[in-house]
Amino acid sequence: MDAGFLTTKFNYMLGWARKFSLFHYPYVTACCGMEYMSTACAHFDIDRFGAGWTRFSPRQSDLLLVVGTISQKQAPVLKTVYDQMTEPKWVLAIGACAVSGGIYDNYAVVQGIDQIIPVDVYIPGCPPRPETILDGLLKLQEKIQKQEPDWRWKKRKS
Amino acid sequence: MEEKKILDDLKKKFTEKILESSVPFGDLTIVIAKDALLEIVDYLRKTPCEFKMLLDLTCVDHAGRTPRFEMVYHLLALADRQRLRIKLSVAEDDLRVESLTPIWKNANWLEREVYDMFGIRFQGHPDLRRLFMYDGFEGHPLRKDYPLRKRQPMIPLRK
Amino acid sequence: MSTRIQKDARPDSLLLNMGPSHPAMHGAVRIMLELDGERILNSEVEVGYLHRGFEKQCESRTFFNLLIYTDRLNYVSPLINNVGYVMTIEKMLGLDVPERAQYIRVLMSELSRISDHLTCLAAMAMECGAFTVFLYNMKAREFIWDVIEATTGARMTTSYIRIGGVRADLQSDYQASVQKAIQETRKVLKDVHGLLDKNKIFLNRTRDIGSMTPDGAVAWGWTGPALRSTGIAYDIRKAFPYLVYDRLEFDIPTGERGDNYDRYMVRMKEMDQSLRIVERCLAHLPKSSAALMAGGIEPTDAIKISRTKKARTYIRLSPNLEGAEKAVYKDILADDDRTVLPAKEDAYTTIEGLISHFQYFMKGHGIRPPIGETYFSVEGGNGEVGYYIVSKGSDKPYRLHLRAPCLPLLAALEELIKGRYVADVIPTFGSMNIILGELDR
Repeated sequence: MDAGFLTTKFNYMLGWARKFSLFHYPYVTACCGMEYMSTACAHFDIDRFGAGWTRFSPRQSDLLLVVGTISQKQAPVLKTVYDQMTEPKWVLAIGACAVSGGIYDNYAVVQGIDQIIPVDVYIPGCPPRPETILDGLLKLQEKIQKQEPDWRWKKRKS
Repeated sequence: MEEKKILDDLKKKFTEKILESSVPFGDLTIVIAKDALLEIVDYLRKTPCEFKMLLDLTCVDHAGRTPRFEMVYHLLALADRQRLRIKLSVAEDDLRVESLTPIWKNANWLEREVYDMFGIRFQGHPDLRRLFMYDGFEGHPLRKDYPLRKRQPMIPLRK
Repeated sequence: MSTRIQKDARPDSLLLNMGPSHPAMHGAVRIMLELDGERILNSEVEVGYLHRGFEKQCESRTFFNLLIYTDRLNYVSPLINNVGYVMTIEKMLGLDVPERAQYIRVLMSELSRISDHLTCLAAMAMECGAFTVFLYNMKAREFIWDVIEATTGARMTTSYIRIGGVRADLQSDYQASVQKAIQETRKVLKDVHGLLDKNKIFLNRTRDIGSMTPDGAVAWGWTGPALRSTGIAYDIRKAFPYLVYDRLEFDIPTGERGDNYDRYMVRMKEMDQSLRIVERCLAHLPKSSAALMAGGIEPTDAIKISRTKKARTYIRLSPNLEGAEKAVYKDILADDDRTVLPAKEDAYTTIEGLISHFQYFMKGHGIRPPIGETYFSVEGGNGEVGYYIVSKGSDKPYRLHLRAPCLPLLAALEELIKGRYVADVIPTFGSMNIILGELDR
């Protein structure tokens, strides 16, 4: 379609608005939760980046932070929570256990949450320092800025 | 109370039920016959050195040895600052042990954990179900013949 | 999955699920409540959502390697778990740890304990609505973690305590940073006392709620602050003293009624006592034998020299080995070739050092405790953290079992909240400090 001046400007504004007003749902299970708590608190403030408000309901949030190990018993719960979120939604896998199963390669742990839900940014570390989590958040914000919103008229045309 | 005194006291009272007693690395240990568990535990709770608290209850799988499993109980006497370990063997073809839930309440979950991980059934347990693994999980993970990486996913995985 | 509560529930009651992913559930515990309005008739707790197979995983790792798994058990006070595990192995091996290393272990344990209690009370207060307390406690915790990071290299999962001693000596400016941490923590504790102690709302939510009698606590197998809040003064640091706790003066605070408020108060007072222990450790710490390590040659030059003759000058190691130089080795690690890593200078320049270094890590060699079994426990943030290790003489444990202090606490929750309101579940659960890493293993 003719991606004119107005639509690119609108995309830019929409990306700007979305990336600086992320409501996150902290799906905290294990040790990385402690680093998440540090990131959310006064020393390494996550609120500076607009992502400060923790919404404890998947329906009201657009960023799912999977923090910590996901065991096989927890997997259907994670899928349910992810499905309950409304579009647009993004997922950050924080910590080695969420990224790939971490140091636990055994019968009880899902080897990376991308085996269950699609992930946008992977943040490695065991646990990642708060600065690493913020760096991952910034990368996600870049991704959101550049993301093409899925316009209905585009789908109709093609 | 002196450690030796406790062991001697027990051996005098239950001569044929106590198969072995030792003090490895400074821990009092007795190995008893399976059917004497409740009796000995009852006695230990009332002796001068009252072992009032059940610290821990676990199982070891000695694969290749008969009897295969070994239950290990750790008791604590708060007033006298004394610990005691009770071991008893469980054969693979008779995986039943008396439950300690009527005596100590935390035995409930600890026995559920042993049932989940090893498959030993406890007689008299009010609610013997799996504790850590989910319903539908087949097998008992901590047994030596369960492979470490055998995964049984609950939902179909992507990729 | 039909659970017990679904089978036993009355037909006219409401079944509410406080699911595995819940903000107040400290991770992943599922509490199913059978309600009549707001009153809880029955409840059921389901755990296992963070079962990571710690015990089975450890059976396939050598004694040295599985140290990293022990950090992640009680992840708010990882150094205490490290100490417990390492001391169990040392009990089997019969090692003598040098005095300075013991003082450093006590110092690090107490800082971890303070950070554990700060986190517990922060979460408990936040869930009761006192968000400020959460922010203040996290602020104090950051200063403590700064100290831990400068010494061990990591904020949380440190793997610092090694078999035979500690990995490295304290950093050179530890006095200043520990004093700052103590000062900030004292300030925060004073503020929190002012905010919560006589706060009518907090008292209404925690006084006489979740009470447990001393006999009940013993029957349930409670240990740690929860047991002390019922009035029984049992602390492993005094009952079975380990490391240098018998030389340090501190008190054991106890409560009276065993309710949530007493558990909160016991934790606050324990933090004061831990700060006392930290100050005493700083005062009594044996002197480090770090000689004036001035000048020095690079490792590559040392290796070149050592081909023909022994390199006798000081070798300048890389910065991330700071604190583990040969000069301080006798302060921080025991003197045993088979169970302790040789100093890097020896590994670079002598053949015996190189061989010991290889043998330490090679499969089948390394740390091999004698055949047998042992149980050792330390006082963790929640109670008695016990390790039961069965060894068959090889370099991997045959069975490693953790005695989790929070398992009996959570098992008693069903009894404590019966007949209460839904809102009482939150402070009761919060005051128990359920850390799923050690409960579910």
